[in-house]
Amino acid sequence: MATIDSKIPEGPIAEKWTNYKAHQKLVNPANKRRLDIIVVGTGLAGASAAASLGEMGFKVFNFCIQDSPRRAHSIAAQGGINAAKNYQNDGDSIYRLFYDTVKGGDYRAREANVYRLAEVSNNIIDQCVAQGVPFAREYGGTLANRSFGGAQVSRTFYAKGQTGQQLLLGAYSALSHQVHAGTVKLYTRYEMEDIVIVDGRARGIIAKNLVTGKLERFAAHAVVIATGGYGNTYFLSTNAMACNCTAAMACYRKGAWFANPAYVQIHPTCIPVHGDKQSKLTLMSESLRNDGRIWVPKKIEDAKALQAGTKKGSDIPEEDRDYYLERRYPAFGNLVPRDVASRAAKERCDHGFGVNNTGLAVFLDFSESIERLGLDVVLQRYGNLFDMYEEITDVNPGELANEINGVKYYNPMMIYPAIHYTMGGIWVDYELQTSIKGLFAIGECNFSDHGANRLGASALMQGLADGYFVLPYTIQNYLADQITVPRFSTDLPEFAEAEKAVQDKIDHLMSIKGKKSVDSIHKELGRVMWEYVGMGRTAEGLKTGLAKLKEIRKEFETELFIPGSKEGLNVELDKAIRLNDFITMGELIAYDALNRNESCGGHFREEYQTEEGEAKRDDENFFYVACWEYQGSDDKAPVLYKEPLVYEAIKVQTRNYKS
Amino acid sequence: MWLSNSSIGRKVVMSVTGIALVLFLTFHMSMNLVALFSEDAYNMVCEFLGANWYALVATVALAALFVIHIIYAFWLTMMNRNARGSERYAVTQKPKNVEWASQNMLVLGIIVILGLILHFANFWYKMQFAEIIGDHFLGEYGPTNGAAYIASTFSQPVYVIVYLIWLIALWFHLTHGFWSALQTLGWSNKIWFERWKLIGNVYSTLVVLGFAVVVVIYFFKSLCC
Amino acid sequence: MDKNISFTLKVWRQNGPKEKGHFDTFQMKDIPGDTSFLEMLDILNEQLIEEGKEPIVFDHDCREGICGMCSLYINGHPHGPATGATTCQIYMRRFNDGDTITVEPWRSAGFPVIKDLMVDRSAYDKIMQAGGYVSVRTGAPQDANAILIPKQNADEAMDAASCIGCGACVAACKNGSAMLFVSAKVSQLALLPQGRPEAARRAKAMLAKMDELGFGNCTNTRACEAECPKNISISNIARLNREFIKAKLKD
Repeated sequence: MATIDSKIPEGPIAEKWTNYKAHQKLVNPANKRRLDIIVVGTGLAGASAAASLGEMGFKVFNFCIQDSPRRAHSIAAQGGINAAKNYQNDGDSIYRLFYDTVKGGDYRAREANVYRLAEVSNNIIDQCVAQGVPFAREYGGTLANRSFGGAQVSRTFYAKGQTGQQLLLGAYSALSHQVHAGTVKLYTRYEMEDIVIVDGRARGIIAKNLVTGKLERFAAHAVVIATGGYGNTYFLSTNAMACNCTAAMACYRKGAWFANPAYVQIHPTCIPVHGDKQSKLTLMSESLRNDGRIWVPKKIEDAKALQAGTKKGSDIPEEDRDYYLERRYPAFGNLVPRDVASRAAKERCDHGFGVNNTGLAVFLDFSESIERLGLDVVLQRYGNLFDMYEEITDVNPGELANEINGVKYYNPMMIYPAIHYTMGGIWVDYELQTSIKGLFAIGECNFSDHGANRLGASALMQGLADGYFVLPYTIQNYLADQITVPRFSTDLPEFAEAEKAVQDKIDHLMSIKGKKSVDSIHKELGRVMWEYVGMGRTAEGLKTGLAKLKEIRKEFETELFIPGSKEGLNVELDKAIRLNDFITMGELIAYDALNRNESCGGHFREEYQTEEGEAKRDDENFFYVACWEYQGSDDKAPVLYKEPLVYEAIKVQTRNYKS
Repeated sequence: MWLSNSSIGRKVVMSVTGIALVLFLTFHMSMNLVALFSEDAYNMVCEFLGANWYALVATVALAALFVIHIIYAFWLTMMNRNARGSERYAVTQKPKNVEWASQNMLVLGIIVILGLILHFANFWYKMQFAEIIGDHFLGEYGPTNGAAYIASTFSQPVYVIVYLIWLIALWFHLTHGFWSALQTLGWSNKIWFERWKLIGNVYSTLVVLGFAVVVVIYFFKSLCC
Repeated sequence: MDKNISFTLKVWRQNGPKEKGHFDTFQMKDIPGDTSFLEMLDILNEQLIEEGKEPIVFDHDCREGICGMCSLYINGHPHGPATGATTCQIYMRRFNDGDTITVEPWRSAGFPVIKDLMVDRSAYDKIMQAGGYVSVRTGAPQDANAILIPKQNADEAMDAASCIGCGACVAACKNGSAMLFVSAKVSQLALLPQGRPEAARRAKAMLAKMDELGFGNCTNTRACEAECPKNISISNIARLNREFIKAKLKD
């Protein structure tokens, strides 16, 4: 059994990071020039890290699979970014942001990491403003804030409904600056296929040039992966089409532990699934919950009429509506954390109260806020989201649809939870280093800060915290004793071996020559994952799921068909390589979910719930980070190591959003 | 030199020469109107703008403006065609808000040049040019009797029609050119864009009407008398 | 409820940047109106794969209109017939039964075709690298609220900053000019006090890079603004012109 050293610094929680920085090893400027760092990914974490490291003087190689760093999926984040600035004077503080994040994560995050995240949150806002990120402002010229799920203060900074875009463009501009300065070399339309380990340390990667189809070798003193989450394991998710876990799985297969894979976030406000040709799910910003009220009918016959299409949402009068979030959680109402809101929607739909033809949707209604604020104000806040909703569904939520007894009813939106974010990821210590020396993981790709559930507007915060303010320091602690190591040659046998392994895999996939397309198998994987490893999990279901995943793996191995050749651009081949890893990822999620006999955050085991249907944690037996180690083959079950969680500052309690 | 090696610089040259030519047109149009009120006065202006040194300097400057404007137009169009790439779209549709003139400035410009050549043959060759080379009888009415040339040219329906077509092309060219020039010089924003467009349309209409009125009136005069 | 439609699809196929391209024609049957345009292409690609043929290559990623990856020149319009929307946000209910839908790649010398409908837009990255940033080090800048910015300026900067770098402006422009893209970034940073110190340098550097990469000269046709999925205004181009001319006159 490996010993797990999470390297949490000594001292009181508020001083740990300061102490760490004061005592860590640094690399002097002359030596930085001699050290190479590979950063894979150009999202918020990757771009900000590459830019900051380049600016410090390291030689950085930065990779992305899209045609430009600016396309990384961080760009799609709508709502905002949290920071403990307390500009609104509503009693916010670093401690409160820290506390809310730990609580929101259902007490499964590592305390010290979260505190550091809250601590640097303020620097992020300062940094982004200095870069020219056009955050929303008040008339007085100061920054504006909005509130978000899981918090009782307004601490979310935003740039229209495009905060992720603006923050990413900020990081991208910093990155562009460094490319111009020559410190960062950019490789676009490249995909990392494997990591190269030399003498137990990460020393390079094998990447596929997606345009020429050729494999190329890259060497460096350290490797940072910032390749996002694995939500697309479920096929339908709010992730972009190209989001994948191949880089993370490559690290996992080479020995990096994978932590808490079962913690998958299901976002409550997505447009419901409409057909089997659908390729992705569209998220409607969580900010809609600030003014929108979520409901299903009180009467089952109304629900049946809605499902049959004989009634519309606006036909149901106020008294027959069940605003179930407000009913169950009076203190937070529609602003409960995502996992709670998602489960509550599922609970209602499971009881037959779903409101569309599939019975898998609930209403999000603006009638009350339109009456209270006026349509203009509501459109000003959410107009672009209303337009987006109308384009997709042909229903305009700002349109007056009915009037019953003098009360005006507007078309409600329909929403349903969908896979959105993955809290689990590559295990990292306090320094964001994985269990492989010299391999670091940042952003959504690591597991560290969100515990079992992530609060809204915290993903952007974590990505930028890791990239701008944490990794550029902690990586130096590792690199300080690497300054005498000369640059590596990619002719080393380790590189040749790794490249051959990837080439063999590609040849193998091309040679299967079955009948099924990658997407058709991926869709099956998604169905199995959603059905058995989705929002409500049971031990039995998970076992069935694992068995079905084995079948899917077999099908993949025998039935797969990839048209074209391995030379040149072959999108289907690239997707097949990713699907191979999604299947492994799916199994890993199922193993972890099966092991964790409790419900917490995004992981809900139906056997473990209170009488009111709330998640029931088991702190006695599961107060740990589950770290999974690959056993050399996809056919073998991974081995579990446990990193016990130690809470010094916060008393672990049952989450309560009722009062 | 940024006026030739940067895209904005090249466009600045187009705008500045364009604006100068608009001013010249305004002057020319005003001068023509004089003929409607008094042919003698008009002929005095013609005399004044004969082969005097100041008129010649102005003519050379004006010619330079034209030549620069035309050379730049062809040069820009050539560069822009190259920038478009070798393949063309199979299907194209003009988006709303895009004026037809804006996409056909070169064609309009060529029509304007052709008209100009005709105009030179009809008037300038017989007047200022005749004076320059000292052959006062290139034209049948001598170099300073502008009014007579107007009357004789526009008594012929062919010329009337050709001149009116020419003026219509000029109108299209001006309506786009006006706000486009100011936009290129950076003197525009969301509010001023609409204002310039309106001002440009009114201005171009007045200028073109001013020219057309002379053509039409002389044509009717020739019918009556 | 949405109806199903059947239509003829003409798609540009091209094997590589230097290869000769051609149109392939497909008959699409019973496509539901709530299918997105890209999902419709997915359906076609599945059919092609089933027949053992190579699927159509096209760029796409987020499929919610923000990453700027999707392109496609549909029936004479970049990003198709809708205004203020990207290709991935177009749904088939916009088309009619029996239509012929022609799909082409962005055509511009600045964006060479990689394969089929996929083009190389790395020129945009190069323009950004030339100056599309504020030179500020990661570290501890002043408190965010120490810089007061009038709401109007912040909003205007935000409007300019909403550019997704998709390239529709170049695709729409008969001159293959990237002015709308360049001007959006120059405007955003010129409107904010943080960007002012480098404003002149930025305008000159980004424009010079744009010219160098072979994009055309802006002739103010406004096609870019009309086709921009984010409704970026050409008033930004006026601002770029202003910044550039001012900078040059100062030199």
